Amino acid sequence: MPMNGLWLKIDGEHVAHALQEAGEKLDGASREVILDFSSVRRVDPSALRAMENLADTADDQAARIVLHGVNIDIYKVLKLMKLTPRFSFLD
Amino acid sequence: MAGPSIGSGGGACTCQRRSLKVAYQIGRLERRWSMTENTSSLSEERIAYLEGLVRQARTASAAFTQHTQEDVDSIVKPMVTAGMAQAQHLASLAIQETRLGVLEDKVIKNMVATEFVYNYIKDKRTVGQIREFPERGLVEVAEPIGVIFSLTPITNPTSTVLFKCIMAIKTRNALIISPHPGAWHCCQEAVRIMYETAVKHGAPEGVFSCVEEPTLADNAYLMGHKDIGLIDATGGRSVVKAAYSSGKPALGVGPGNTPVYLEKTADLDMAVVDIITSKTFDNGTICASEQTVMIDDEIYEQVLKKFADLGAHICSEKEAALLAHTLIDPATGIARPMAVGQRATDIARAAGLSVGPGTKLLIAPIQGVGREHPLSFEKLFPVLAVYRAKSVDEALKLCVEVNHTGGLGHTAVVFSRNEEVIRKFSEVINAGRIIVNSPGSIGAIGGVYNDMVPTLSFGCGTGGGNSTTDNVNVYHYINVKRVARRTQAPMWFRIPNRIYFNMNAVGNLRQFPSRSTLIVTNPVLVQIGHADIVRRNLPTQTLVNVTTIPEAEPEIKAVMQGLEALHCYRADQIIALGGGSVIDAAKIMKLKYESPQADLEELGAPFLDIRKRVVEYPTEKTNRVRLIAISTTSGTGSEVTPFAVLFDKERGRKVTLVDYSLSPDVAIVDPQFVMSMPKGLTADTGIDCLTHALEAAVSVYASPYTDCNAMQAIRLVFKYLPIAYEHPHDEEARTMMHNAACIAALAFSNASVGVNHALAHAFGARFGIAHGRANALMLPHVIAYNASIPTKFMPSPHQRAFTAHKRYAMVADLLGLGGHTVAEKVENLVAAIEELLDQLAIPRSIADLGITNEEFERAMPDLVKIAFDDPSWLTNPRMPLVSELTDLFRRAYQGRGVREVACATD
Repeated sequence: MPMNGLWLKIDGEHVAHALQEAGEKLDGASREVILDFSSVRRVDPSALRAMENLADTADDQAARIVLHGVNIDIYKVLKLMKLTPRFSFLD
Repeated sequence: MAGPSIGSGGGACTCQRRSLKVAYQIGRLERRWSMTENTSSLSEERIAYLEGLVRQARTASAAFTQHTQEDVDSIVKPMVTAGMAQAQHLASLAIQETRLGVLEDKVIKNMVATEFVYNYIKDKRTVGQIREFPERGLVEVAEPIGVIFSLTPITNPTSTVLFKCIMAIKTRNALIISPHPGAWHCCQEAVRIMYETAVKHGAPEGVFSCVEEPTLADNAYLMGHKDIGLIDATGGRSVVKAAYSSGKPALGVGPGNTPVYLEKTADLDMAVVDIITSKTFDNGTICASEQTVMIDDEIYEQVLKKFADLGAHICSEKEAALLAHTLIDPATGIARPMAVGQRATDIARAAGLSVGPGTKLLIAPIQGVGREHPLSFEKLFPVLAVYRAKSVDEALKLCVEVNHTGGLGHTAVVFSRNEEVIRKFSEVINAGRIIVNSPGSIGAIGGVYNDMVPTLSFGCGTGGGNSTTDNVNVYHYINVKRVARRTQAPMWFRIPNRIYFNMNAVGNLRQFPSRSTLIVTNPVLVQIGHADIVRRNLPTQTLVNVTTIPEAEPEIKAVMQGLEALHCYRADQIIALGGGSVIDAAKIMKLKYESPQADLEELGAPFLDIRKRVVEYPTEKTNRVRLIAISTTSGTGSEVTPFAVLFDKERGRKVTLVDYSLSPDVAIVDPQFVMSMPKGLTADTGIDCLTHALEAAVSVYASPYTDCNAMQAIRLVFKYLPIAYEHPHDEEARTMMHNAACIAALAFSNASVGVNHALAHAFGARFGIAHGRANALMLPHVIAYNASIPTKFMPSPHQRAFTAHKRYAMVADLLGLGGHTVAEKVENLVAAIEELLDQLAIPRSIADLGITNEEFERAMPDLVKIAFDDPSWLTNPRMPLVSELTDLFRRAYQGRGVREVACATD
């Protein structure tokens, strides 16, 4: 699958902050943002709230968020939060 | 940090003089809380608030799934420490707010809820793999529940909160707590302490919340919320009922009514102290505390004096009536809330009784149990009913009455040194906790007076409308996933002790001493002198008698006649000389001779797995009789098999017995007894032998031990059966075919047979066709069927893959039939079998037997039904569908034509 969007590496220590920044970049011209989660080991509630907000923003702007390198533990968290349909996933 | 519901706690505690008036208001509040029950009164703001609680809990619980066991353990320990450090503070708040109970006892409850619970859970695994059973191939893995909605009671407010918060963290769940409205502030403070400590040590934000000023409308809303995974309701009847009515998984733990039996052998000093300790603990607010004590007549006065000596007031009849009138609502049998958790002196004053200032407990003698005796109901205050029991029987009956008057499933107490009394008490009383020689309330909590699991929440089982009788603990806060690895049941290869074979093997009979031997045979074998050969080879001192049965399948009547002969001659040895029918009859004679009570009908009950079947064959050996089987045909192999078929003529059906105890003790495979077999019988029995071997070879119970026998038997049949058929006096051919039949039987005795036998049994019985011939008619079609991809696979842990087609190909290779692919080899095997059948002049279709198509089709429903009921196919590599059985019968009717096999791929 060709990826032409903006590629952002998520800092595993500051996930919520990184996601907020990604949301701000969506305000620009990018229709697709790829978030590299490969260095994220865990997500905390603040990160989850940031992901919900990011998904809302993406919906508003008809943008697509692609999560790359999400580990299975985080994927399960996203599943429990019913967030998986709101993102695309790339391994 | 804190979620939306967590605020600061109430003000500083100053223990105040208790007021029954205040307590009465709390009671009214409880009723109102319990009776409000719909959510229509909730404002939009309130709903938004509740949704916020759930959302933060859901987020926290999702994030919590990433925590390891080490993570949660490192959070739990400081929570426990914080709870213990704040035990007195929280107890003070509880007393101040609820006006119930005793400060010192509430401190102890808070300590139990932290220290004792921690002691139990600290080494328990609650994350990931929690238990392993390597010998069973099982591993248990924990899965958190998610969001737990918990209701906590007014009677044990802060201790219950501490307990549930610690359990939630240990199990990686988020918790929304709705305290009793009369204990909201102290509970909120307890939640705050737990929450701040937990988050500080790594728990997700929002993991706990406490509903502000909760109403039942709030509770109803949360109980029905889709994101709540479990309701854990500790409280009164209405709370528990609401939890269970919500449609959510729930732990509803409610009230009790603890009966006590104080039996005359008890240590009375210990019993009296224990009861006072328990019943006055926190002014009787623990629902496991003693309610009515049945005291044996012989010790009644003595016990009451001991109670009085230790500070109890023994009520007169009039005082007891006053207490009942004041404390119990006669309409409902429920204690009036105003008394709950109050001191004995205050209760006495309210009831108009005059008691000493140091009175700990009010003891009210009652004359029975039930509505007419209100004090026999639950009393969560220091009033204890006592009953003078005239006998153990009466005491137990009264205990049962109390148990059934609101106490089902909860707690019961017995004081006795008589183990029989304790045993009987535990049998007749329905209680999750039966406390022996120790205080009810503190005993039920667990971990203090006994080794039960420490808890603040008592499961009451179905008797109490609950889902568990356990002391609720961490294992109720997790879903346990069982990872079950494939296991293979131990298999076996069982054969008779001794098998003698080759020409004149019958001579080995001389080595078996016998005082009285009964030869079971058929009239023809007597006539042609075979019975005499046997007789001549027995030790000279043996008394020999002969009984004959018809050649057909053994009937019960014939077996019973043989049994009479065994008894008549007091035989210590049976020699079965004949084909399958005779040997089967002898097996059953031996069974009945050794075990006269054996019920053949019951022993013939169907089963799926012989190792798990319901019926047990008798193991008694009344006469210690030896069974020696000498086969006179080369087919059934009955001389080594554990099977016996009996025909019940009266009921018109067969009884098939299967058990290794039926196997003969000695088998003699001597070809001299088959040299004169007619050609037709040689052909039919030879194909029966081949069918045994082929079915054992592809059976789902096939093993290396059976494979070698099956393959050797197949090889011998293909080589020697045509010779034995064409040249009946060829000793080598007869010998090898006789051996082949026995060897094939060794295989199918352990691997069993398949669908070919199921079809042949049904068809042979219906149309009176010899068993071997019926097998022959089905065999090519069954091989083609078994070699193709099954519509339904046969469940079998013994096999790793479907291999029937490859096994047939192995047979083809063994026989040197050629072919490059598995399919070609299977086709060549079918062709070779058809050729063999032609050589043996066996009819190649059912039609060739003279059975009309109309007649056959008319019989088809019965044939299929009987074949499907036949256990033979249970080890077939394909599970046959009814439609497939029908198809196989029709193919066999038409006969020839199996030239192409829709074989499974290589």
